[in-house]
Amino acid sequence: MARGDPDRTFDVVIVGGGIVGAMIAREISRYLVKTALLEKEMDVAGGSTKANSAIIHAGFDPEPGTLKASLNVKGAALYPGIAGELGVEYTQSGSLVVAIGEEEAPVLEVLLERGKRNGVAALEIVGKDRLFRMEPGLSRAAVAALFAPSAGIICPFRLAIAAAENAVCNGVRLFRDCAVTGVVLEGSRVKGVETTRGFFACDYVVNAAGVHADEVARSAGDDSISIRPRRGQYHVLDKAHAGLVTRVVFPVPTKVSKGIVVTPTIDGNVLIGPTAEDIDDKEDTTTTEAGLADVVTGAARLVPGVVDALPPITQYSGLRAVEKSGDFVVAASPVVSGLVNAAGIQSPGLSAAPAIAEMVLEILREQGLKTPPNPGFNPERKTRRRFAVSSDAERDIAASARADCGHIVCRCESVTRAEVVDALRGPLGAVTLDGVKRRTRAGMGRCQGGFCTPRIIPIVAAELGVRPEDLLKNEPGSRLLGGATKAAGARDGGSEA
Amino acid sequence: MKTMEFDVAVIGGGPAGLSAACAAREAGASSVVILERDTELGGILRQCVHTGFGLRVFREDLTGPEFAERLVKRAGELNVAVEAGSFVLSVTPDRRVRASSKRGILEVAAGAVVLCMGCRERTRGSLAIPGSRPAGIWTAGAAQRLINVEGYLPGKRVLIAGSGDVGLIMARRLALEGAEVLGVVEIAPYPGGLIRNVVQCLEDYGIPLLLSHAVTAIGGARRLEWVEVSEVGPGMKPIPGTGRIVECDTLLLSVGLIPENELSRAVGIPLDPRTGGPIVTNFMETTVRGIFASGNVVHVNDLVDNVSDEARIAGEEAAAFAKYGPRAVVRFLEVIPGERVRSVVPQRLAAAGQDTITLDLRVTEPVEDALIEVSAGGGRLAVYRRRRLRPGEMVRIPITRAQIDSVPWDRNKVYVSIRSDGRVG
Repeated sequence: MARGDPDRTFDVVIVGGGIVGAMIAREISRYLVKTALLEKEMDVAGGSTKANSAIIHAGFDPEPGTLKASLNVKGAALYPGIAGELGVEYTQSGSLVVAIGEEEAPVLEVLLERGKRNGVAALEIVGKDRLFRMEPGLSRAAVAALFAPSAGIICPFRLAIAAAENAVCNGVRLFRDCAVTGVVLEGSRVKGVETTRGFFACDYVVNAAGVHADEVARSAGDDSISIRPRRGQYHVLDKAHAGLVTRVVFPVPTKVSKGIVVTPTIDGNVLIGPTAEDIDDKEDTTTTEAGLADVVTGAARLVPGVVDALPPITQYSGLRAVEKSGDFVVAASPVVSGLVNAAGIQSPGLSAAPAIAEMVLEILREQGLKTPPNPGFNPERKTRRRFAVSSDAERDIAASARADCGHIVCRCESVTRAEVVDALRGPLGAVTLDGVKRRTRAGMGRCQGGFCTPRIIPIVAAELGVRPEDLLKNEPGSRLLGGATKAAGARDGGSEA
Repeated sequence: MKTMEFDVAVIGGGPAGLSAACAAREAGASSVVILERDTELGGILRQCVHTGFGLRVFREDLTGPEFAERLVKRAGELNVAVEAGSFVLSVTPDRRVRASSKRGILEVAAGAVVLCMGCRERTRGSLAIPGSRPAGIWTAGAAQRLINVEGYLPGKRVLIAGSGDVGLIMARRLALEGAEVLGVVEIAPYPGGLIRNVVQCLEDYGIPLLLSHAVTAIGGARRLEWVEVSEVGPGMKPIPGTGRIVECDTLLLSVGLIPENELSRAVGIPLDPRTGGPIVTNFMETTVRGIFASGNVVHVNDLVDNVSDEARIAGEEAAAFAKYGPRAVVRFLEVIPGERVRSVVPQRLAAAGQDTITLDLRVTEPVEDALIEVSAGGGRLAVYRRRRLRPGEMVRIPITRAQIDSVPWDRNKVYVSIRSDGRVG
């Protein structure tokens, strides 16, 4: 496609629709900048964004002076506002780093000091008595903890979907199922990107490609980045055990990670994990027997009641994009002009994402991007309050206005038919079953879709106008069904659920 | 918000709920409502298109939908009110039931409540089978709904993990649909479901049953490509090195059913950890007065006829409670599962109500030449002989009011235990 095709010509192309790309897209959409967000998968938020600890870290953990430190603290402070604007539930639960045994206690002082240098507010060390009042489920071997009241919990994929949707509403073009195969240069300057859907012309490329960010940079001749995936495995525990902890509970950190955490989720589950395994395969998000066992052992060391909260409802594993420097790389490429890398965004990447977005915008400006304000920018995303978090009075009003707002299709997570339908519509509608799941939580509960999946498939098929046999779980090749039954024969649509 | 009053509110319109509602009306409840979350009554029966239902209740061999149809028709004749598409959100100890429906929030003030929420299936996640998370993994019941109600096949090359009844029935169903059913893998050294289902669903179709094996890993990036099947040793732990790869595009899990008691827990009804359901009396009353329970929400049954029996008791007792208030029971005897007994329902017995109470037992392991002994305070109340007992088949034994009455007044426990030597000690 030649330069000049207005549909394929942009000021800025953002590579990667994870939380970082989505936040950057939203930030740029404040300005009159022609922007495209390219996502290789069928939906945004499908990589590391969907498989992490779902924590907004306070920021005491990174070494002072690193980008991780400054962007974490800055990003975390932006969360209450952003979550409110985007209509995504967020709770400032606070976090505790718990010293198990007197020998771990000195680490808390180190973290407290580091936190102060990083500018984290209200940190304090709490002694045993107060600690057990705060979290009665902690191990009796706990001696003290570092309490960070500013830490929070959020659903990272609902957040990323919301941010991307808000960006789209403010003028960003989103291309899904569009994998960047290479950055195209003119001399040492960005000219565009080649993708599985053809060429996109642009003046600037923002590389937010997660674990693949080094490959994207390398395609432009920028070898400065090297990413190795670090896998983390998790168990999700049933909501019946929501009382295990009310705050994010960390062990004292090790050199490589913040350790195996026990944390409440914004939706009322308890999450335990992750492992920290350096692996070579950037697609290997499998769980292992040993890894999952380590997660239970690590979690039970902090909160022994975890063992009684088994069996879990599900497991997952995600990859952290670890750059060889160990820090985030948020910088203009040292060799290619017009290329800005937002790479190596491992933990605390979710916490830092809004600040990374601001920083990327500054770098783009320094590179010459003109950013006149977008007069139509609306930071607020139009949302309907989810049934699961509504009062009965709100539920009653919603159903009287629209009947399917009262019709529950997912019993575990109390998701209505209206929520499923809405997830398939709108500016960033789901096109897969996982897309519906991540927008609505249908299928994420204790029965793991056993009840709702057969009921939701016909709704999704009807809304998307496809045969149920052709519906995907997530990516091409992930067909849910094997065909129609003999009795159903060649019938077209599905039944109404 | 729409508020309604009923003598009896039944939560769930499956076989238990329908039977309980009919029984309540027949026992004189002037108004009975069924709150059903699905858009139609019948519950799991609607997807059980195989026969084998109603052999005792109707003395006919019916399919699930036929059995359901009979119950629905009877409920109609008895003017049982039905609120379909109503998802119960909460129940209070004073028997106010709130539900969400297309008409908004419904609140039912009930004289008595019968819990008939059934059960759900154990999932891959609860087993924590490691590996990838591709499409093509279903619980057997979900696959059954998909095939028999929605009209779609889950896949073409199928392995079934777990030999519970739903899994066995699905093996046959998929074979009839032309899918390649590679086999059924069972972690225990004996099948989980009824022997009649092992014969009729596997043996008759040449589908192999692999005992003492488990699925130990799952592979395939997008659609399921393979599973690893390993032999298990003592304690049902996989034996390292025994794993072999089975190529398949579909894995069905039939690895257990869990009574669905989130509502019961929220009311504060104590559950029996052995059954996963409410502790009930022989009146099928829970520990919260006026709240009754029956069917798979109490304990997982093999046969719908059993469900009908206990639902009938629950319905009748709920009607009586609504009309006359609580029964005055002088004492309840606690039933304690002893040797080789995994669970007993009911857990509390009164020498009142039925002339004969049926105790439903599950055994912990297969027992040959079994001797079932019911005793209290050193004295034996009853002894039953059975040639063969299997964990997958519920054992039903009768106990009379007179036998319960014979328990000395200073005793409040009844023990049920099983021996296999056949000798009466």
